[in-house]
Amino acid sequence: MTRKQRRLTMIAGALAVLAVAAALVLNAMRSSIMFFTTPGKIAEQHIAPGTKFRLGGLVEKGSLVRGDQLKVNFEVTDGNAKVPVAYQGILPDLFREGQGVISEGALDTSGVFHADTVLAKHDETYMPKAVADELKKEGHWKDDYGKTSAADAPGMVR
Amino acid sequence: MIAEGGHYALVLALGLALIQSFVPLIGARVNDPALMNVSRSTAIAQFAFVLLSFFALVSLHVMSDFSVVNVYENSHSLKPLIYKITGVWGNHEGSMLLWVFILALFGALVAIFGVNLPLSLRAHVLAVQAWIATAFYLFILLTSNPFLRIANPPIEGRDLNPILQDPGLAVHPPMLYLGYVGFSISFSFAIAALIEGRIDAAWARWVRPWTLMAWIFLTLGIAMGSYWAYYELGWGGWWFWDPVENASLMPWLAGTALLHSAVVMEKREALKIWTVLLAILTFSLSLLGTFLVRSGVLTSVHAFATDPRRGVFILMILCVFIGGSLSFYAWRAASLKQGGLFAPISREGALVLNNLLLTTACATVFVGTLYPLALEVLTGEKISVGAPFFNLTFAPLFLPLLLAVPFGPLLAWKRGDLIGAAQRLMTAGIAALATIAIVWAWEKGGSALAPLAIGLAVFVIIGSAVDIAERIKLFRAPLGTSWDRARGLPRSTWGTAFAHAGLGIALIGVVCESTWNIEHIATMRLNDTAQLGSYSVTFDGMKSQQGPNYREDIATFAIRQGGVQVGTMTPSKRSFTTRGMSTTEAALMTRGASQLYISLGAAEPNGSITARIYYKPLVLLIWFGPVLMAFGGALSLSDRRLRVGAPKPARPKLSGVAQPAE
Repeated sequence: MTRKQRRLTMIAGALAVLAVAAALVLNAMRSSIMFFTTPGKIAEQHIAPGTKFRLGGLVEKGSLVRGDQLKVNFEVTDGNAKVPVAYQGILPDLFREGQGVISEGALDTSGVFHADTVLAKHDETYMPKAVADELKKEGHWKDDYGKTSAADAPGMVR
Repeated sequence: MIAEGGHYALVLALGLALIQSFVPLIGARVNDPALMNVSRSTAIAQFAFVLLSFFALVSLHVMSDFSVVNVYENSHSLKPLIYKITGVWGNHEGSMLLWVFILALFGALVAIFGVNLPLSLRAHVLAVQAWIATAFYLFILLTSNPFLRIANPPIEGRDLNPILQDPGLAVHPPMLYLGYVGFSISFSFAIAALIEGRIDAAWARWVRPWTLMAWIFLTLGIAMGSYWAYYELGWGGWWFWDPVENASLMPWLAGTALLHSAVVMEKREALKIWTVLLAILTFSLSLLGTFLVRSGVLTSVHAFATDPRRGVFILMILCVFIGGSLSFYAWRAASLKQGGLFAPISREGALVLNNLLLTTACATVFVGTLYPLALEVLTGEKISVGAPFFNLTFAPLFLPLLLAVPFGPLLAWKRGDLIGAAQRLMTAGIAALATIAIVWAWEKGGSALAPLAIGLAVFVIIGSAVDIAERIKLFRAPLGTSWDRARGLPRSTWGTAFAHAGLGIALIGVVCESTWNIEHIATMRLNDTAQLGSYSVTFDGMKSQQGPNYREDIATFAIRQGGVQVGTMTPSKRSFTTRGMSTTEAALMTRGASQLYISLGAAEPNGSITARIYYKPLVLLIWFGPVLMAFGGALSLSDRRLRVGAPKPARPKLSGVAQPAE
């Protein structure tokens, strides 16, 4: 093979791998990405039952009901609307009423959200980032949700 | 005083870095050895000052000086000593200080061990190193000063995030940073080569040990982090495809590619331009990782928006270094001469395939990590890209790579014989097929994928053994001869075999853990028993005790196998009063390479407890594999040819500058 042919072989090989990778990425984008939404937006977004998505909001105070075999029911709210959530399993350490939560799962036909996973993932302010952003947008943010950060603590000298 | 001293030392280090950024360059321009040698002293002095600064922060933490904001926010007087020390880098400011500390360390190492580098190359490398250092010193001093004081010091600190109060914090971040920051050396060498417009096999020989060293630490750091997440987060997962994890995986993938392409450059002077690009990309991905983790863009876009100074500053560093180096590359790359021709089927060809698949896999991780961020910034829409995405993209690209791994070392340079290599791999192929059949029969028609993947892993492991066996003529020559040949083999050959085998071993662990993991989640009353495989787990009761800065509820489980008690496990829940947080401490019991894993849920008022119990077959192989890879890397590093600072490159200095007496 000449130098040119060799180089062309290499380039063709590289392009083939890249094309395969692009196809894989596009395919995965279509099938495996989950959208995030809040209770208030479920109605307007017309999410079909069975479609997996992430639901974020605050756990409604007083809504947590524990049943047999680790079944739990609670409601997630964003201040505008509530969605009942059913889950079976151990809730994370940081799951608390009145605090932020993200659940992954799908709605059934009666409007109950069946969660496969419940995350109370958070930074030190006990608030999942996506939930905090939504609450702010909706104007339901309360300042005591976040501790004061270092920057605005009083009496600091530079 | 100590805080001010530490702050001042950091400012002095910045001054030295500024000198080191320009003086050696001028020296190289006018060919003045004295000016070029300035870089050596400044690099060492810079390290001394950063060391001082770092020790200042450590001692402030150890002494619990709560008049310093950083200590107040992340420490507590009752915290055990080890966490007072590790807490230094368990927060933003401290971890950035660790970052520059390691950067300065590497700069000093190049200065000390680079005595046999051509003077101008060393001057250029250290100057580029100083550019990076300058940027990060400025970042720390202007936006993340760890030595800020509080006017009215509180009596007690706010304690370190309990999740971080773990021995893992002592090892994981330093290891990871040694890896991340270690790639800055390859980067500096690449930029220096572009400035000089000259690059040769000797360059690759100098770059490889540094890359290898960084790669070893990064490998161990990632494995360590994964094991830490596994036992600390309490649900037995060991890899989450979380952006923070991906941030460390991307430089690892690019660095692995760099390691391999540098071999081609060293042996055959081919792939020069590509190797330089990979060196730039690898460190760029390390910078990107630092940005993702440190700017707060991941934990909260909101934090990024309200206190944008840090995020924007580090984004600027990112743009200047990545954009600058890539533009410089585009401008200067053509000046590097191409060398060594090779056929597509050859050792070089195999290494090109390795590079292609690794970088493409890296690109899919890049897309999966940054696409959600980009989408949110552009449209405000929030999506999550999780494990399913990476299983569908990363895995299909990694499988052909694994299949190709055993072929690489068996192919000759320049022009290889694929059929010959396949014949020599016959043993490995047969072993793989036998494994597939056995596993298939054993699992009695479960998933078809698992036996195939394990077969592939066996192919990789036996394949690496075949490479060694071929070289020492095992069973074809008398055993004594084989033994002598084995001892005569270069250590890097052994290193390759171990590292490749490690890949196969990790794959076995991954497949077994994810396929045959047994999970049992239940509410257990006193003396309740759960059965997992051949193990029975009995709940024996709860007790409470007081730790140094937490209260702990400990459950006791008796483990029996075939009626015989093999041990007890004591998972616990700790509640930390200062932060009002609780953590779950999982209990692990190792049986061979498998583990039993218990973590606690909520305790019920009636004395029963919810628990997650897992049996994870061969799970330890997941981390044993990377450890073996790192061991292989260390063997390679100890090879005479690559020893850091080993005397005599193939060609004596080309710079034409006499080395001054030192």
